[in-house]
Amino acid sequence: MADSVHISILNRRSFILATLGAACSAQLFASSRAFADAGAVLPFERTAHFEEALQKFLTGVTPVEGLIAVDLPEIAENGNFVPITIVAESPMTDADHVRKIHILSSGNPVASVATFRLSPLNGTARVQSRMRLARSQDVIVLAEMSTGVLAIATMTVKVTIGGCQS
Amino acid sequence: MANNPRIKLPDSVKAGDIIEVKTLITHVMETGHRKDRDGNAIERNIINTFVAKFGDAEVFRAELGPGISANPYISFQLRVPGPGTFEFAWIDDQGVKVVETTPLNVA
Repeated sequence: MADSVHISILNRRSFILATLGAACSAQLFASSRAFADAGAVLPFERTAHFEEALQKFLTGVTPVEGLIAVDLPEIAENGNFVPITIVAESPMTDADHVRKIHILSSGNPVASVATFRLSPLNGTARVQSRMRLARSQDVIVLAEMSTGVLAIATMTVKVTIGGCQS
Repeated sequence: MANNPRIKLPDSVKAGDIIEVKTLITHVMETGHRKDRDGNAIERNIINTFVAKFGDAEVFRAELGPGISANPYISFQLRVPGPGTFEFAWIDDQGVKVVETTPLNVA
């Protein structure tokens, strides 16, 4: 009995060591690749139709950062289902509320992912959904306030397996 | 084809509470960018509009693009004005409209 316990501990130790070794070399590989990427294209290349869509929102307005909290994974393993939570800071009163929240994708075949229309009835400007990401890219969230303020937030998501059909 | 709408509301609600309304429906959300085995483009068919009413008032609306995942999940918040019934509607590119009504029990 004692022998078998001893052996299993040894096995576990060697297993852990082996795993650590593998993890380290994987990380080395990953970081060297990230370094190479940094030299090539960073931030991720944005599509022309995305730039066009973004410019439509930005003409004549200076967007404000820091009013929207976007919860997106840093690394999305499956680009077909990427959960997104958006919370815009707003009292949601008649005088000052979020009218629209837009999600724009900088690397999908279609830039406009969704538009949500809100009103003071919502009480809180918080929406949740699941989106497709064709590849690693920036996700831009815009919130149009009733006061005329345009809030913006930019998130970068690395995608392991792209939602290639998006 | 859209079917099997599911709605999740909190169990106990008081007037004035801000609640989370979770919605889900089964739909392929075909993007229009895919091809079938013979190389023919598969026609786009997504749920393009989601509307939520509470009583007579529209409380939330979403315009969706092909970048929303299959079986779209959408959640939003509502400040509960009092007892009432939700009416949710999903409309896809083929004009199919699925309507679900859900009462909200207010203590």
